[in-house]
Amino acid sequence: MSEEKKQNGWNPKIAAFLCNWCTYTGADLAGVSRLKSSPCVRIIRVMCSGRVDPSFILKAFKKGADGIFIGGCHIGDCHYSEGNYKTLRRIEFLKIFLEDFGIDPKRLRLEWISASEGDKYAATTLDFEKQIRELGPLTFMN
Amino acid sequence: MKPKLALYWASSCGGCEIAVVDIEAKILDVADFFDIVFWPCIMDFKYKDVEAMPDGDITLTLFNGAIRTSENEYLAKLLRAKSKVMVAFGSCAYEGCIPALANFYDKKKIFECNYINSPSLQESSKNVFPQTHTQMPEGEIEIPEFWNTVKSLDQVVDVDYYVPGCPPQSTQIIAVVEAVIDILKNGKPLPPKGTILGAGEKTICEECTRERKEKKIKKFYRPQEIIPNPDECLLDQGIVCMGPATRSGCDALCIKANMGCRGCYGPPPNVLDQGAKMVSALSSVIDSTDPKEVRDIIKTIADPLGTFYRFSMAHSIFHRVQKMEEEEK
Ligand code: SF4
Ligand code: SF4
Ligand code: FES
Repeated sequence: MSEEKKQNGWNPKIAAFLCNWCTYTGADLAGVSRLKSSPCVRIIRVMCSGRVDPSFILKAFKKGADGIFIGGCHIGDCHYSEGNYKTLRRIEFLKIFLEDFGIDPKRLRLEWISASEGDKYAATTLDFEKQIRELGPLTFMN
Repeated sequence: MKPKLALYWASSCGGCEIAVVDIEAKILDVADFFDIVFWPCIMDFKYKDVEAMPDGDITLTLFNGAIRTSENEYLAKLLRAKSKVMVAFGSCAYEGCIPALANFYDKKKIFECNYINSPSLQESSKNVFPQTHTQMPEGEIEIPEFWNTVKSLDQVVDVDYYVPGCPPQSTQIIAVVEAVIDILKNGKPLPPKGTILGAGEKTICEECTRERKEKKIKKFYRPQEIIPNPDECLLDQGIVCMGPATRSGCDALCIKANMGCRGCYGPPPNVLDQGAKMVSALSSVIDSTDPKEVRDIIKTIADPLGTFYRFSMAHSIFHRVQKMEEEEK
């Protein structure tokens, strides 16, 4: 099924929760600099990566995301000082959680990308897209 | 004519039935006010009695138990059609509860465990699987079909109200019974559809009287590993307590017995997924910023999935454990 889909022009859906102050601005910079980033990414802007409740991630997978990317400020640079520490712990936790649920934790990725790192944003999304293509579509059992 | 009441148990342990009887003398008010038309656990009724009723004939059905088999589903649909008000009573009907822990596996794995690998099976009965239809000299025997996934009641029929708890506390059942009698007797309006009855609007933590400090957890403990201080927050002491992710209503019963809340009242208002809420709550108290150490601390929680979704797996965002992706390949 997944092999077939891959050949039939399947494109992964990647939900990206990007912090307003760093990664979102970094994505913007990637755009104005005309860098090639993944077209499969759907960006959701949040005020801080710490705003991303674990239920958002589970729900996004359930609603059809094949991969989820969380982008926040570098450690020490969070606009709200500690939001991204919380993100770090949540994502570690969710990876264990997803694995127990039978979903490959590689479908969830966290990166610290600053406002000036448009190139890192572009490269990370392309790499993540490649990874999700290898994993194929995420399907749920009833 | 008296209003008609039905109670049914689908895939459940029977505890909800006991909880109803546990309201003591109040049960007499129930028997007095209602005409009990169907309650197989207590009185001899047959399914055909219900099948013969006109649609909407039953005023109120309290349905406990999850949907595990075709029989559970048939009765859910039958009682839905015959009832004006359908209540998912207790954690199993509301959110799957213990039966839905089977959603960690599928029908194939469960059958293998029970009918091939179970150590109590005799050689001769190994590999004998239940069949829905069996021909015998006396005629055909039919038994219900076992579904792959356990569902909550509202995943198979329309549900009007929910009463959480494993089982619902008798004080809460009394409050619900009194409210229902008041509504029917005095023509009061019904609460909005989907209301959670017999519970609070907060979290267990807000009901809990233990002293809280800033939480800094380096290791989680199982209840048998330490003797908790009875006055301090259990989570502060490293015991997984579902208080932050559980709806109030039981008066923090387990915590008073020095045990962490296991989450039987389901998620609090505006929380979609009890497990995700616990991930969020515990991520705030883990005392580390090093990914490797964070991971090691999380690994000290025995079976996070089974613990956080002990009662709400069927109703969680994912409903069940998915097949391991490697297995598919
Ligand atoms: S975590 Fe448990 S022990 Fe601590 S305050 Fe909440 S309910 Fe009480
Ligand atoms: S403390 Fe938690 S597990 Fe115990 S009865 Fe209350 S909600 Fe249920
Ligand atoms: S503001 Fe960027 S991670 Fe908190």
